[in-house]
Amino acid sequence: MTPLPSSDPPRRPDPALLSDLRRRIRRLEGHGGAMAGEDGTPGVLSLGVPAVDGALPWGGLPRAGLHEVLGGGRGDGAADGFCAALLARLAAGGAPVLWVRRGGDLYGPGLAAFGLGPERLIVVRGRTATDVLWAMEEALRSGVPAAVLGEAEGASPTALRRLQLAAESGGTMALVLRPGAADAAASPALTRWRVTAAPADAGVFAAPRWRLELVRCRGGTPAAWLMEWHHGADAARRRSGSENRGRGGARPAFEGARHETGGLVVAADLGHRPAAPATGRDGTRPAAGA
Amino acid sequence: MVPGMPLADARALAAGGPPGHDPEGGAVHGGYEKCGLATVAADPAADRRALAALADGCGRYTPWTAVDGDGGPRGGGLWLDITGCTHLFGGEGALIDDLVGRLDRLGFAATAAVADTMGAAWAVARFAGRETAPCAVVPSGEAEIRRVLAPLPVAGLRLPAAVVDGMARVGLRRIGDLYAVPRAPLAARFGDAVVRRLDQALGRVREPLSPRRPPPAHHVRLAFADPIGHADQIAAALGRLLGDLRVRLEHAHKGVRRLDLTLYRVDGTHTGVAVGTARPVRDAAHLERLFADKLEQLDPGFGVEVMVLAATTVDPLGPQQDDLDGGAKEARDDDLARLVDRLGNRLGPRSVVRLAPRASHVPERACRPAPALAAVTADGEMEGDHRPAQPRPLRLLPWPEPIEAVAPVPDHPPVLFRWRGRPHRVARAAGPERIAPEWWRDDPGPPGERRCDVRDYYRVEDADGRRFWVYREGLYRPDRLPRWYLHGLFA
Repeated sequence: MTPLPSSDPPRRPDPALLSDLRRRIRRLEGHGGAMAGEDGTPGVLSLGVPAVDGALPWGGLPRAGLHEVLGGGRGDGAADGFCAALLARLAAGGAPVLWVRRGGDLYGPGLAAFGLGPERLIVVRGRTATDVLWAMEEALRSGVPAAVLGEAEGASPTALRRLQLAAESGGTMALVLRPGAADAAASPALTRWRVTAAPADAGVFAAPRWRLELVRCRGGTPAAWLMEWHHGADAARRRSGSENRGRGGARPAFEGARHETGGLVVAADLGHRPAAPATGRDGTRPAAGA
Repeated sequence: MVPGMPLADARALAAGGPPGHDPEGGAVHGGYEKCGLATVAADPAADRRALAALADGCGRYTPWTAVDGDGGPRGGGLWLDITGCTHLFGGEGALIDDLVGRLDRLGFAATAAVADTMGAAWAVARFAGRETAPCAVVPSGEAEIRRVLAPLPVAGLRLPAAVVDGMARVGLRRIGDLYAVPRAPLAARFGDAVVRRLDQALGRVREPLSPRRPPPAHHVRLAFADPIGHADQIAAALGRLLGDLRVRLEHAHKGVRRLDLTLYRVDGTHTGVAVGTARPVRDAAHLERLFADKLEQLDPGFGVEVMVLAATTVDPLGPQQDDLDGGAKEARDDDLARLVDRLGNRLGPRSVVRLAPRASHVPERACRPAPALAAVTADGEMEGDHRPAQPRPLRLLPWPEPIEAVAPVPDHPPVLFRWRGRPHRVARAAGPERIAPEWWRDDPGPPGERRCDVRDYYRVEDADGRRFWVYREGLYRPDRLPRWYLHGLFA
């Protein structure tokens, strides 16, 4: 368990010295953020949101590594959306991405709206949890896909460690999506995120809001943001006022790049506070942070 | 005792016959054990199964095997087309000796014959003097066949019993008797079958043999002096087979789509595994890797004598450079195909898919799984526009789940609903989007695809920000409570 973050902002003696030391440690550990891929792709994936990229010690998510994404439990699709957005950015280089899972409820048209059309996404279905882990490892070691996402709810630390090694050897990003997992066990992942749905502040059905928490980060500090996802076409239509009916004035200012298929924007920086119960929580959601 | 004798006669004979006449094996029915007659109920289905298994077991000699459908009192038989296979065994005589000896060890009394024609082999195997030798090789050529067949009874022509009896009445008992008979009266009196069978036996008319299994386009075979059983040995042998196969495929400009490996064990049984590939392949290393995952499923039993590797499905594949220095895209596509093969061979080919669009506005029909390498190999673009005009959820439930919803009539989104036992208070909603059934599709569709009524879809967000796709089935009617369903989850 990570120690409870104090409410004071951590004191940073000298940012330049710190970052230099961190870079040296990362190089020693072998998964440096500065490593570039053989074909010239950068070794770090930018999320397209400077605020979030800046909170990561690598300036983005290292591609050759394992990242965990926890969800908000049943019925909460925010983690799916976050993963789809990440995968779409990863697939932009041309190599496909794999989504490995047991059931078959992924819906193509919805994924395509996130930029994960059939030309970019390959869905792999396993019969058992072991199949899912095996397929992930096989795909990661091959180094062919740009990223491999697996829905492995109960993956053991050993299994995650294997995935981390496979991701390093193949230079491929491994994402483990655990839709309902509590943030309990230690894990070899470079980062652990928790993405839960957050209510919009407006009374209208606008862009979805996610509460994005960087729960753990090797060499970094936890952080949290309130994010909004904007589909490219959706956002334009919204701005025209057809659905907003002129009530969108209270929107926070957008920042961050918007892509062809949409993009993440920060609605609010929640700082380093652990997840505070927001309005309307019914208590069934697993406790966030620790 | 003769075949075809009624059971009561046989019992009467046996009761008066010498004691100790004890047939071996089989379940004993009736109470005549003391007089030495064992009776076993006929089980034609089991006979056919056993014959089919034997036919498969004979795949060690040739891929072209078939069961002789002409069973009856003379028992069943097997056809083996050994054209081009005999050199592997040191000649026809050696092959047939090996075959009969093997069947003998397995407990089957068999007679066999090799001949130019099916008819001649059939007649010789059943009617030549089997006491002297269980197997015979008829020399090649029509004259030789005529000579060998002449002393055999006409029943050897695979004729119905009534025809055989009729010919016996006019004195035609031997096949040789038929040679001199004018053909037209023979056909007029006993039917076309006699003439046709005679011609087939003599090789004047071709007779096709349908193999039990489609014969592979290419197959390679490896026999071992000593049976092997260790996994490493099997893997090494497979490596050699794959190397041989690759050479053949290269000459033929083919690549395999499906490969069957069959191991023939010393005890006459066989086992096998198959691998499939998404694109034609002849890269031995890749195929070996596909097999590697499956070799552990193979049980060598008491030892493996023969391994046969058959390319059951092949596709054209032009000459290839082993190393593609240029063209990173091709190399990457190749790597992807290999990964898809590996995943598909363990998880099943339908488990590695792309979610391709389908021209339908009914949500559950708008997406279909397509082979992972379907369009990538063509031009990198899938057909159809996958981006719907309206927002669609990331996950679509396999079946719409009924929810208890409270909604103002007539066409408002629900304000409160209960899904899987948990209440959700709707804070925001968008819609409705009305989706009507496809009236031009009259068929009820495969099971699992609901035959749908008009649906009004709403996107709703609960107080925590979770987003759902719910719909009301049917148009609003004041006399009926609306039925609500939850169909998908938005991000």
